[in-house]
Amino acid sequence: MNFHVGAPAVKIAVCIKRTPDSESRFRIAASGAAIDEAGLKFDMDDFAGYAVEAALQLNEKAGGGETVVYALGPDSVQESLRKAMSMGADRAVQLKTDTVPADGIAVAKALAAELKSGGFDLILFGKHAFDSSAGVVGTAVAELLGLPGVTAASQLSVAGGKGAARRELEGAAELVEFPLPAIVTIDEGVARPRYPSLKGIMAAKKKPLESKPAQLGPVRVTVQRAELPPERPAGRILGEGAAAVPELVRLLQTEAKVL
Amino acid sequence: MANVLVFAETRGGDVRKVALEAVTAARALADATGGGEVHAILAGPAGVASRAQQLGQYGADLVLVAESPALAQFARESLAATVADRTKAGAYRAVVLGFSAQGRDLGPRVAARLDAPIASDVTEISAAGDRMTVKHPGYANKVMLTLSITGSPVVLSVRPSAFTAKESPRNARVETLQLSPAGGATVTVTQVVEGAKGRPDLGEASIIVSGGRGLKAAENFKLIEDLADAFGNAAVGATRAVTDDGWRPHSDQIGQTGRQVSPQLYVAVGISGAIQHLAGMRTSKTIVAINKDKEAPIFKVADYGIVGDVLEVVPALTAAVKDARKGH
Ligand SMILES: Cc1cc2nc3c(=O)[nH]c(=O)nc-3n(C[C@H](O)[C@H](O)[C@H](O)COP(=O)(O)OP(=O)(O)OC[C@H]3O[C@@H](n4cnc5c(N)ncnc54)[C@H](O)[C@@H]3O)c2cc1C
Ligand SMILES: Nc1ncnc2c1ncn2[C@@H]1O[C@H](COP(=O)(O)O)[C@@H](O)[C@H]1O
Repeated sequence: MNFHVGAPAVKIAVCIKRTPDSESRFRIAASGAAIDEAGLKFDMDDFAGYAVEAALQLNEKAGGGETVVYALGPDSVQESLRKAMSMGADRAVQLKTDTVPADGIAVAKALAAELKSGGFDLILFGKHAFDSSAGVVGTAVAELLGLPGVTAASQLSVAGGKGAARRELEGAAELVEFPLPAIVTIDEGVARPRYPSLKGIMAAKKKPLESKPAQLGPVRVTVQRAELPPERPAGRILGEGAAAVPELVRLLQTEAKVL
Repeated sequence: MANVLVFAETRGGDVRKVALEAVTAARALADATGGGEVHAILAGPAGVASRAQQLGQYGADLVLVAESPALAQFARESLAATVADRTKAGAYRAVVLGFSAQGRDLGPRVAARLDAPIASDVTEISAAGDRMTVKHPGYANKVMLTLSITGSPVVLSVRPSAFTAKESPRNARVETLQLSPAGGATVTVTQVVEGAKGRPDLGEASIIVSGGRGLKAAENFKLIEDLADAFGNAAVGATRAVTDDGWRPHSDQIGQTGRQVSPQLYVAVGISGAIQHLAGMRTSKTIVAINKDKEAPIFKVADYGIVGDVLEVVPALTAAVKDARKGH
């Protein structure tokens, strides 16, 4: 992330989802409609991690402001909220549900209802969550709250009541400006999420974590089946060095038929 | 019988490939649910109307044209309002868009405005009664999810290249569509920074040549460019190691946190095959790997591998591909 030095203090909310570690090997649960969670490591979703880092850097550059983290889900999400506080977020709110629905609009509505009266200058989301790989919640909240919404920003700065961001498009990039308050979903940018320091972890234990029931409406999208994609058939090594090139070209012509 | 609405995205006044794929997906859905009509919104600056029959060629019965100078830029809020208003007016079963930069932005907005369920990045669609069933690769392509969706309309964004654009010609009726106002504070585009000219987008290319840290230096990406040129209309991709080092722009990154692609041919040059890179390209039809380490994980997913130094193998491959294509 690139930030203007001497930026004004802003109040920022960051919504984070708790997802399994993306490097895990997955198995399917007995129900056939979910992954088997046994033995998996969980953490906040990758892009939300970038969003937390972006918020903390904005506050640090400004020398003030506040970062509040939100997660909708069962009590296990408190672990991710604590982690965000150990990175430096000031406080956390859990919107409690039994499970996290696969319905992005339902999640967005519950978050929007809570965030509406928070008085935030910026509300940040990940570009998409690892598990749903959907990219719905953040941009939907922008529309629900009638706020300007920037989808997939790789750079973000704030100055004089306005925000500026860069978005990577297909073969191009777009620079945008928008008034605050606003919603931004965060793409991978320059900054990686920091690791919590020991001091941060100790401090996070004393930071406020509020838990309240989520206002979850009807859920219309459910996972009916989860399957592991077919393994790619084992490939073959054709040979070594430039000597193998003619065979490769022959196979690209006759077998793969791409030449 | 149910009608289906498509947002047929344009860029620089041209209909994008993913828009034709969205029309194809919509056509199939309409036909499968009793033969409803496909209506396509074609929005852009003056002149875009001339593309209407292209959508008819792929199965649109009605093309709704919105021309406005405001659409020289991607007017996200106004377009979302326009698509949502039309959906309400027309009582559609589904709204179909591409899971492209535009569709990722518009889809959730349209769904939120309509309070409609949405499924992103879908690769298969079927409908029975009041239930829609779609396939969507979740967990960064590691788990295939089948989602069941109730309610109508449903917003669906289709994964680029998952639906092959198929002609289903008809003489489309053409109507003018009024843009709805954005209503509220908006995001202003101040500048568009164009990337490499003359190459197809990663999401649309049928051949991608990708380079990793094994290329050793930014200058050596010239070898990748040359190989892409030899193939003809190929796109160039990169690993995160390479975009982190600034050898290539972030927009070229393929993988879990970059672009997800499935071309006919993916050539991985000097790429180790980290799990996060594989997440972005493992669904490619044919994968070729060139790496000096025969134990590199990329060889586990590659159909064809060559163990060797990129500086030796790539120029030889470039020359051989040029020769092979001349022979045609
Ligand atoms: C949360 C997260 C998200 C990530 N997202 C992505 C992503 O979206 N995309 C992505 O690509 N990565 C991503 N990564 C990074 C990923 O883990 C790897 O670090 C990265 O893909 C490695 O890039 P590489 O293959 O270019 O480099 P390396 O792993 O360093 O591999 C270089 C390869 O080049 C070979 N080589 C060296 N010299 C030569 C030569 N002269 N000739 C031939 N071969 C040679 C080596 O044998 C080696 O296999 C992510 C990581 C994390 C933690
Ligand atoms: N249950 C949740 N609680 C808090 N934030 C969420 C939740 N689900 C999604 N988000 C946020 O929305 C982003 C996009 O999620 P998705 O639309 O599911 O891809 C995530 O990166 C999070 O920032």
